[in-house]
Amino acid sequence: MPNDECRLTGTQPPADAQSTIDNRQSKIPRVGVFVCHCGINIAGVVKIPELLERVGTMSGVVVTKDYKYCCSDPGQQMIRDSIKSDKLDRVIVACCSPTLHETTFRNACGEAGLNPYLCEIANIREQCAWVTADKDEATTKACGIVRTTLTKVVHDQPLEALTVPINKRALVVGAGIAGIQAALDIANAGYEVVLVEKEPSIGGHMAQLSETFPTLDCSQCILTPRTVETGRHPKIRLMTYSEIDSVSGYVGNFKVKVRQKARYVDFKTCTGCGACLEKCPGRTESWFERGLVRGKAIYRLLPQAVPNRPVIDAKACIYLTKGKCGVCAKVCPTGAIRYDDTDKFVEEEVGAIVLATGYELFDATKLGSYGVGRVPDVIDGLAFERLLSASGPTSGDVKRPSDGKVPKKIVFVQCAGSRDSTTGMPYCSKICCMYTAKQAILYRHRVHDGQATICYIDVRTPGKGFEEFYKRATDDGIQYLRGKVSKIFREGDKVMVWASDTLAGRKVELEADMVVLATAVVANPDGVALARKLKTQIDAHGFMTEAHPKLRPVETLTAGFFLAGCGQGPKDIPETVAQASAAAAKVLAMFGNTRLTHSPTTAEVDEEICVGCGYCERTCAYDAVKVDPARKKAAVNAALCEGCGACAVACPSGAMTHKNFTKKAIFEMADQF
Amino acid sequence: MATSRSSTELLEQIEKLSGQTVSDCYQCGCCTSGCPIGEAMDPPPSKAVRLLQLGEAPELLDSDGIWMCASCLVCGTRCPRAVDYARIAEACRVLVLRSKQSRVDPDTVTGPELEEIPQQAFIAAFRKSSV
Repeated sequence: MPNDECRLTGTQPPADAQSTIDNRQSKIPRVGVFVCHCGINIAGVVKIPELLERVGTMSGVVVTKDYKYCCSDPGQQMIRDSIKSDKLDRVIVACCSPTLHETTFRNACGEAGLNPYLCEIANIREQCAWVTADKDEATTKACGIVRTTLTKVVHDQPLEALTVPINKRALVVGAGIAGIQAALDIANAGYEVVLVEKEPSIGGHMAQLSETFPTLDCSQCILTPRTVETGRHPKIRLMTYSEIDSVSGYVGNFKVKVRQKARYVDFKTCTGCGACLEKCPGRTESWFERGLVRGKAIYRLLPQAVPNRPVIDAKACIYLTKGKCGVCAKVCPTGAIRYDDTDKFVEEEVGAIVLATGYELFDATKLGSYGVGRVPDVIDGLAFERLLSASGPTSGDVKRPSDGKVPKKIVFVQCAGSRDSTTGMPYCSKICCMYTAKQAILYRHRVHDGQATICYIDVRTPGKGFEEFYKRATDDGIQYLRGKVSKIFREGDKVMVWASDTLAGRKVELEADMVVLATAVVANPDGVALARKLKTQIDAHGFMTEAHPKLRPVETLTAGFFLAGCGQGPKDIPETVAQASAAAAKVLAMFGNTRLTHSPTTAEVDEEICVGCGYCERTCAYDAVKVDPARKKAAVNAALCEGCGACAVACPSGAMTHKNFTKKAIFEMADQF
Repeated sequence: MATSRSSTELLEQIEKLSGQTVSDCYQCGCCTSGCPIGEAMDPPPSKAVRLLQLGEAPELLDSDGIWMCASCLVCGTRCPRAVDYARIAEACRVLVLRSKQSRVDPDTVTGPELEEIPQQAFIAAFRKSSV
C-alpha cells in the first residue's frame, strides 16, 4: 500500500503544536464542561444544577456551563466564546451520542482556535438519561461519565486530520438495472466507470421480465435503451462474463483484480451473426430461461444482448468435453471461436465501488409440500415471466411445461418461502404482491377464458399506482383467496392446491392446470460471497447492510463502498433505479473533492517495542496492519485504519497504541468510574 | 362454559401447557389449508387460534373442533410461524378434562344411540367426559 501517498500529518503534531503540548502538560489543564439539556431529554432526568456543581469541583475544570440545546447556533457560540474568554485548552460537551454531534462540536472548537481532537463528548443522553429513571442515580451516573471523559481529555493530544488522494474512477459490480443506472449516472458526469457483470450480457433479471407493473410497459422496451447506451458509452469500460477476484486498498485508492472468464469466442473478431447458435448440438440447463427449455452450449442470453456476442459453456460444449464436434468453429464466418481460451485477470484502479449484486429467487424445491421438481406444472414467478415474454421459449404464448397445453386455470401462490421463519426468510419479499397481480392480468390478456386465482396472506400495495393496479386485477375477475397454501400435488393431468379461505373460515381445494409460485427474493449468493470477501457487512439473510437505515441508505460502513438494488434488500424497479442514482450521487460527491479526509484517531506502532509477532495483522478487520517480514516490524496504513482499536488490544508488548485512546488513559478512565 | 376461570387465565394455561405462543400466529390460514379434516373442523385451526387471540378461549373450549383434531401434526409442520396447533388443541382438551365437568349425561343417551355406539366407546366417553 502506498503509504507515502497519504499525508500522515496526524502522526506527529507540528513542531509548534508539540511545544504547546509541552507547555500545557507542565501546566494544569484548563477544561471547559458544557452540559446540554437536550430539551427535556437530559434535563428531565439528570439534575443539571447539581451536575454542574459537582463537575465544577473536579480537578482541571475551570468553567461549567449549561444550555437548552448546545447543538444550536447560540449553543455553539457559547462554547466558542468560552474557549476564548476562559482560555480553555480542553472541552467536554456532555450531551447526546458522539455519532450525532461530535463533528458539530469539534468543528465549533476548531473555529475558536482549539484543536478539534481536544474536544470530547460525554454521552449523558443515550447512556444515562434514556436508560435511567431515577433522577439521583442518573445525576450520579452523569457525573461519573463526565469525570471519566475528563480523565481522557487531559490525555488527548492535538491531531490533524489526514488526507488521501482520490482516484476518480468508479467500479460498479453487477450490470442489472441498478448497476446500469449507477454506471450511466457516474459516466454521464464525466468520470470513467468499470462495469463488471458475471453473465455474458447486461440487463440482469430485468431482461427476463415480460411487462412491468403498474404501467404494463414492456421490460425490454424500457431496458434496452439503457443497455445500448451503456454498451456504447465512451466512459464505461464494460467487462461481461467477469467476476471480482480481489479488492485491495482503501477508499479513493482501490486496486481491483477482475477475472474475465474464458468465453472461447474472440469478441473483437465475432460479429454476432448468430450462425454458431443455430448449429450447436450441445445442450445444457438454461439459467436465463429458468429451466423451461434446454439451452445450447454456445449461447447468448437474448436477441438484444449487449454485447451481442455469444460465449461457450465449457461444461456443455461437446468439443471442450469430448474433443469432437467443432461445428461452431466450422460455421463461424470470421473464425472467432477460440477453444484454447483461458481465464484472464485484469487489474483496475478505482476510487469508489458500487455493489449492485442483485437477487435470486429462493430455490422452491426446498419447499417440500409445494411439489416443485416433482410436478412439472408448478413453476416460479421468473419462469412465468419467460412464458409471458415475447422473446421467451414460447414467444409469449402461455403454455404449460408438461404438455404444452394452454392452461385454463392458473393458481398463483404468494409468500412461497417469504414471511416464513421456518425457511429462514421471515421478511416480506416486497415485489410479489404486485408482480403476481401483473402476471394474473397478463395471463387473462393472453387467455381470455382463463381463470386466475391468487392465494395470498396479505396484499401489500405501498407504491404509486399500486393500489389502483390491484383494483384493476380484482375488476378483471381475478379471484383473490385469503389463505396460505399448504400443499400442491398432481392428480392426473391436474395440479391440486390445498388452500383455505380464512375470511369464510373454511378449507378450499383448488383444481388447476398450472401453479405459479411467488418464491421469496433472496440475496444473490455470488453477491453474498463477494460481500464476505470485501468484508462489507451483510445481515442475517445475506443482504448488504447500509451504514444507517434512514440517513445513510446507500453507503456501507466500509468507506468507499456504496449499495444499489436488491443486493441491499428486495425492491422493485423504480426503487432500484432511485437507489442506484443515489449511490451514483454519493460517488460523485466524493469525486467532487480533490482529497479525502480521514479521521486521525488511528493505530500507531512504536517500532522500538514491536517484535513483529503479527497478532495485530491477524486481528485487523480492515487489512490496515501489515508486518514487514524483513524488519519484523508492524506498520499501520492510516488511510485503511478505521480506528477500531482491536490491534492495540491484541498487541502483547504494548507497541501498538491507538491515538488518543492510549492504554494509560483507558486504565485511568476505568479507575475513575 | 368448560371452566370457571377467566379467559385470560385460560389463555395463559393453554400457552403454558402447549408451549406455543398464540400471538406468533399471523392468520395466514396454512394450518386450515393443510388439515386433512379441515372441511369438518369447527372451528378450523386458524379460526381456533384467532379465538384465542381475541380472548375467546371459553368459546374454543366449548367447541367440537378441539376434539376432532387427530394430532396428525400437518398444521404445525407447515406453519410459517412455527405455531403447533395440535399442541394447542391437546392443551384445550386437557383443560376441559381437568375441569371435571360432565359433558356426557347418561340420562340423555337414547335407546337407538345405545344400540349404535360400541360398548368400549360408550364406557370411554363416561370415563373421559363425565365426573
